[in-house]
Amino acid sequence: MKHPGARRWFLVAAVLSLGLGWAQDRLDPYFVDILTRIGINVILAVSLNLINGHTGQFSLGHAGFMGVGAYTAAALTLFAGPKLLPAGAGFWVEQLWFLVALAGAGLVAALAGLLVGAPSLRLKGDYLAIVTLGFGQIIAVIFRNIESLGGALGLNGIPARTNLFWAFAAAALTVYVVTALVNSTYGRGFLATHDDEVAAEAMGMNTTRYKIVAFVTGAFFAGIAGGLSGHFTLTINPKGFDFNKSIEIVVMVIVGGMGRTVGVIIAAVLLTLLPEGLRMLSGVSPSLKWIGETRPLLYAILLIALMILRPQGLFTWKRKKGAVVA
Amino acid sequence: MSEFIQQIINGLSVGAMYALIAIGYTLVYGVLRFINFAHSDVFMVGSFVGFYSGKALGGTSWAGGLGVMAASMVGCALLGILIERLAYKPLRSRSKLTVLITAIGVSMLLQNVGQLVFGANPQPFPDTLPATTFQVGGVVVSSKDLVVLGFTLCLLGALEYIVLKTKVGTAMRAVAFNPQAASLMGINIDWIISFTFGLGSALAAAGGFLWAYKFPKIEPFMGVAPGLTAFVAAVLGGIGNITGAALGGLLLGVIETLVKGSRWSTWTEAIAFVLLILILLFKPAGLLGRVQAEKV
Repeated sequence: MKHPGARRWFLVAAVLSLGLGWAQDRLDPYFVDILTRIGINVILAVSLNLINGHTGQFSLGHAGFMGVGAYTAAALTLFAGPKLLPAGAGFWVEQLWFLVALAGAGLVAALAGLLVGAPSLRLKGDYLAIVTLGFGQIIAVIFRNIESLGGALGLNGIPARTNLFWAFAAAALTVYVVTALVNSTYGRGFLATHDDEVAAEAMGMNTTRYKIVAFVTGAFFAGIAGGLSGHFTLTINPKGFDFNKSIEIVVMVIVGGMGRTVGVIIAAVLLTLLPEGLRMLSGVSPSLKWIGETRPLLYAILLIALMILRPQGLFTWKRKKGAVVA
Repeated sequence: MSEFIQQIINGLSVGAMYALIAIGYTLVYGVLRFINFAHSDVFMVGSFVGFYSGKALGGTSWAGGLGVMAASMVGCALLGILIERLAYKPLRSRSKLTVLITAIGVSMLLQNVGQLVFGANPQPFPDTLPATTFQVGGVVVSSKDLVVLGFTLCLLGALEYIVLKTKVGTAMRAVAFNPQAASLMGINIDWIISFTFGLGSALAAAGGFLWAYKFPKIEPFMGVAPGLTAFVAAVLGGIGNITGAALGGLLLGVIETLVKGSRWSTWTEAIAFVLLILILLFKPAGLLGRVQAEKV
């Protein structure tokens, strides 16, 4: 995974996340809240972009993997943590354990990705979409039926561990890994699968394996995003990881431009800010109150209009020959 | 035992409605090779057209009920054609993924416009058709179930006639078989695709009306769950195959109803998808479908 461009960005992002972590207590809580959500959404969108964009598959179950991660991480800090760690452990031990929980969240989500992906990635296009959609549904039903994980009510009282440092460090890691992976020699396989599956297979590539790798990597980061999100909202329930959440991530990828990491990051930031903007507008006067509830409608119109008028996404420009895929 | 028979009858009538929706998926897949995500919301609109026309008409009678059902079928046929013309037709030469995303967008649009117009709260559906219950040897049968089954059978018969015996139906089959060759034979493909959308949407609307008649509470998101199950039914039967879709719908209806009545009832929502994954793994062409090699 040698790539100077990606590494440079990674360094910038790492410094940024350290700076933000330091600034955490000095910023207005409202901004911290929005920034954290931006970080989490960037992880979700960029990791889904690896599957839906670079590799050209269509997953509608990204929120399901996020849910797997959220539950895993919450179980680790909520149930396993107090048993394994010495009582009254300090700040650093807690933070370290959170890192373990996040890694666990990613790994379990990746495992789920493998379980779903391995059988279904032999399918094409719309079938895969439906299977992943179904997976999201099944995951919600499973969580609802596991009483020790709170059943339909979900888990409450998750410790607040997510801060700006974790959110942005994880986002930086996601962007780095995805960019470096796609730009590596191995990663050209993703693009080849996207561009022409039949031709790629004719060249002797195992496209199913590429799809599975993309799917598992995407699921891994979605799991991390889930872990971060759970320790940020402090409560999770099966409903939070349903089809609507998946669609929200899909919209980010499509608005940004499938297969364009920079565009997708911009879209993730803007679409995280959008509900805040709508809320502000609807707060101006009572007659504008309805604006606050128009977000799903806006998403719908955005999807249709973009597909008909600008299917490459809003924030894409022509890729230069031989340039970095970003 | 009598309870079991009751469950089966109940399951068959739910399955009949799944079949009506599943046929729409299969018809559209046949001519355009894509999953019309918005189909389940056309079903929802069908029951809402029934809601408004039923309220406007008032009263409970066979003629009135039939009229209301016809109104929702005509309304939704027009809606289906409109969706196809505005959203899908401009994309006909683009990649399948583009069309799929648009279809998801249309589905969300219908749901959210529905929410703006009808409100999010469930509303009671007016009794447009008469209903009674009677006993046959210890089994309590609701006439609603029989009506649903009867209407569905009539509609399926009509569909069979249209597809197999009429000129339009022949053209539909030709387009499904090979669009290019069909157009060289002088078939107006655009017209046939519109007709297919209209036909599928009309059946979904009938399903929506019957669904609201059997479960008289309707809301803008009511189409999602039956729509997904019906899609699985279409795949189960072999997508593109009309008889298969009807069979898959009936099967799924019975299976779901039996699970709902058992102690695993909380898992009902997952059943359809577990089945879907199993079918795709072991018999991707479905029960009645034929395996087709992909042409490059």
